[in-house]
Amino acid sequence: MNAANPSSVVATAEQLIDGWELVVGLEVHVELATRTKLFSASANRFGDEPNTHIDPVTLGLPGALPVLNRHAVELAMRLGLALNCRVQPCTFHRKNYFYPDLPKAYQVSQYDQPLNVDGFLMLPGDVRIGIERAHLEEDTGKSTHFGGAEGRIAGSEYSLIDFNRAGVPLVEIVSRPDIRTSEQAKQYVSELRAILLAVGASDAKMEEGSMRCDVNVSVHKPGTAFGTRCEIKNVNSIRAVGRAIDYEARRQIDVIISGGAIKQQTLHWDDAAGRTNVLRTKEDADDYRYFLEPDLVPLAPDTAWVERVRAALPPLPAARRAALATLTGQARESEAIAVVVERGQDSYVSEVAKVGGDAARALVYVQQAFADEPATPRVPAGDIAALTLMEKNAKITSTQAKTLLADLVANGGGDVIAMAKAKGFESMDTGALESLVDAAIAADPDAWAKFKAGEQKAIGALVGAVMKSSKGKADGKAVTALLQAKANT
Amino acid sequence: MTRRTVVDIATQVAAGSLSASTVLEENLAAIAAREHEIHAFNLVTADKARERAAQIDADVKAGKKVGRLAGVTIALKDNLCTRGVETTCSSKILAGWKPPYDATVVRRLADEGAVVVGKTNLDEFAMGSSTENSAFGPTRNPLDTSRVPGGSSGGSAAAVAAGFSAASFGSDTGGSIRQPAALCGLVGVKPTYGMVSRQGLVAFGSSLDQIGPFTTTVADAALLMEVIAGHDPLDSTSLPQPAPQLVNVLARGVKGLRIGRVADMPEGSSPDVLARLDAAFDALRAAGATVVDVKLPSMSFGLTAYYLVAPAEASSNLARFDGVRYGLRVDAKDLNAMYGATRAAGFGDEVKRRIMLGTYALSAGYYDAYYGKALKVRRLIADDFAKAYEQCDAILTPTSPTVAFKFGDKTSNPLTMYLCDVFTIPTNLAGHAAMSVPFGTGDAGLPVGVQVLAPALGEATMFQVAAELERSS
Repeated sequence: MNAANPSSVVATAEQLIDGWELVVGLEVHVELATRTKLFSASANRFGDEPNTHIDPVTLGLPGALPVLNRHAVELAMRLGLALNCRVQPCTFHRKNYFYPDLPKAYQVSQYDQPLNVDGFLMLPGDVRIGIERAHLEEDTGKSTHFGGAEGRIAGSEYSLIDFNRAGVPLVEIVSRPDIRTSEQAKQYVSELRAILLAVGASDAKMEEGSMRCDVNVSVHKPGTAFGTRCEIKNVNSIRAVGRAIDYEARRQIDVIISGGAIKQQTLHWDDAAGRTNVLRTKEDADDYRYFLEPDLVPLAPDTAWVERVRAALPPLPAARRAALATLTGQARESEAIAVVVERGQDSYVSEVAKVGGDAARALVYVQQAFADEPATPRVPAGDIAALTLMEKNAKITSTQAKTLLADLVANGGGDVIAMAKAKGFESMDTGALESLVDAAIAADPDAWAKFKAGEQKAIGALVGAVMKSSKGKADGKAVTALLQAKANT
Repeated sequence: MTRRTVVDIATQVAAGSLSASTVLEENLAAIAAREHEIHAFNLVTADKARERAAQIDADVKAGKKVGRLAGVTIALKDNLCTRGVETTCSSKILAGWKPPYDATVVRRLADEGAVVVGKTNLDEFAMGSSTENSAFGPTRNPLDTSRVPGGSSGGSAAAVAAGFSAASFGSDTGGSIRQPAALCGLVGVKPTYGMVSRQGLVAFGSSLDQIGPFTTTVADAALLMEVIAGHDPLDSTSLPQPAPQLVNVLARGVKGLRIGRVADMPEGSSPDVLARLDAAFDALRAAGATVVDVKLPSMSFGLTAYYLVAPAEASSNLARFDGVRYGLRVDAKDLNAMYGATRAAGFGDEVKRRIMLGTYALSAGYYDAYYGKALKVRRLIADDFAKAYEQCDAILTPTSPTVAFKFGDKTSNPLTMYLCDVFTIPTNLAGHAAMSVPFGTGDAGLPVGVQVLAPALGEATMFQVAAELERSS
């Protein structure tokens, strides 16, 4: 490892690409879920008629002054603390550049003294990704260019600007260059998104632009200095993060192998074409002339405020996944665990368990049937608990359970015992079942002999016969168990 | 011409012994007589003013409670936003722009019954010391029309000096209220930074700008300060302080106060001005104050630091005038060409000079040597003042090194113009309080202003001293 490299994470042999080590750092912008903008009282709302949430501050009218939104600071702190950052006294700077959708011709951002610093985020397999900083800044307006090629400003006939987005509070989360594979990058974005949703800092909708990723990519040979990095913009989905990194890593390796050198560039990800294009090279990079924003005063959240925010943090996704895995006996990294926690329905599963239901079955039910339900589904936990028990105790079959589950979701709950009865899902007692099993054995002695001789496949015909004779009311598992017991005696 | 003071008008109008309309018509008559030669105003809002005065008179007649400034005529520097009324900053780039809101100061004045007569001329975007940098032509000093009124709030100073309004308001970034007050024989106040809301003041140097009054008496200034000062939630740099009580300190005298004389004062003041300063010290001593020597070694670096800090902030503050949303737009073949053409046509030379200076000072590779160093000097100045104020309660200096100068005297060399502000600038850098008080006359029988400096939030002491100087002059 080279002393100059800003990350000490070393890729494993399997993570190398043809012997090259990939180094990725992410800059993720998220819009905070505040009611109003960062510095004015206009609504922070996506999708409304253009220029309906504007005011003198948003438009940068002469004489208008910013007033910091305390709720935005609180959400940013909440996010920082969830990312294990240190919350520190901070200042705001002006980042100066001209663009029509930047009304003041400067963006108020944080520069050398950001709100949150030195955090980290854990990925599956105990991979730790450092967070350098998570700072507050304001969003720009949105330009739409008409009459030109590809919606670019160059060559367009005219442009329209919607300032609804201007001044919306953003947090920019800057990772350390600790990411070594495109898969880790995807996991990072996915985990970050889960944390944002869990703490309620943002709705984190990549498709609506409330979460946007810039990806820094470089390659080098292990043990040497990091390569020159390129920044990829416009990476608007988790899938695109992976594709853009894979593409860019390959491109850089090919350039170096063929004797070329990587130039520090800002690239644009073209998702349709699956490639990056050059936006600008470092030589024509803007000089943003950062200086302390004189219209705002330093922000120093006092310890009491920070601790109040910390104490109010909800359990975070990783901890919730671990708790749900323990409760249900499932693997921590299983699909069901991830999905249910992401939907925020994990507390519902534990509630089902708390009222006496079977946690493992509840997890399956919730994963399968509650995709369109809110974090707290409308079906009372007690109803789901009753259903898990009926299935567990073989009062109904798993197929019947699925039917009843669908009805519960459709009706927002119900008395499952009565519903089962109404559907004719009355339980078969063991005596009745045993006589059906005996009848099936008598009717197919051939299959019975094979099964007894150890041919497991032969059981299928017997179970099928029982299901048929019971008109589907028999529990397949119970039938199998009964046959097994008989064969063993 | 008998001058009506703010205090007299407010008292008599509220009492029903004088009508607001009478006061206004006197001012409008003065404007009709002399405005063509003075050019104090960019816009006279006579109709609105008449409506307002009539309303106040009706309220008085109906026995309704009227404000503390009922019927007081005021003029507003044309960088103070007035709802629905053109606010140009004496720049072509903002010509025709009507703000959708009033500055906090404007609203507070209106709430107390003040009558706005018009918007006054200034050096474009408040950059200058003579009002010669206005895109709409210079303002003349009513005391001698061959001379400048000072700047940048020259129109506001001239309006009061010419009897066009009882009082006026300006903004002071490096001396833009105090210097024209001195040159026009008026009282002018630069409050402690953060004491008066900047909301609605078109920014020049945001960390330096303060709004303050021009008046003919210290008592008038005290009353106006009580109305405009005090915390404003719309300005984050506004101090969490109520307005200071100033009217009731004026009669206290200066007995026991320690008045600082700057032993290492920057040179270059003319003898007539220095003679008046000496007379001011004598007067305060005679009234029971003691005079102590203090040192402000960094004072002479103030000018250099100021001409980096203020242009740096201005380069950013004025970047929004880009032809996209309001004001002037000069069409061109593409976006960058439009920016260039608009700003080339819209800004005057001095504004362009300072935008370039400030842009350079903030640029990568130059920041530390220029802007960064200027910030350090700024801290040194504040430290020097802090030390000086351990030994004294207020400091006296000249406001301007000379009396009002002739048109064109300093326009060929910007540096000589910048030197006009050598005594006023350090206070802005330190964020302290300062005011200019007329104290007799100098060369050509023109008024000389003495500057009273006080620490941050030291307005009460400052007004005590100013009132004593007024009594002794």
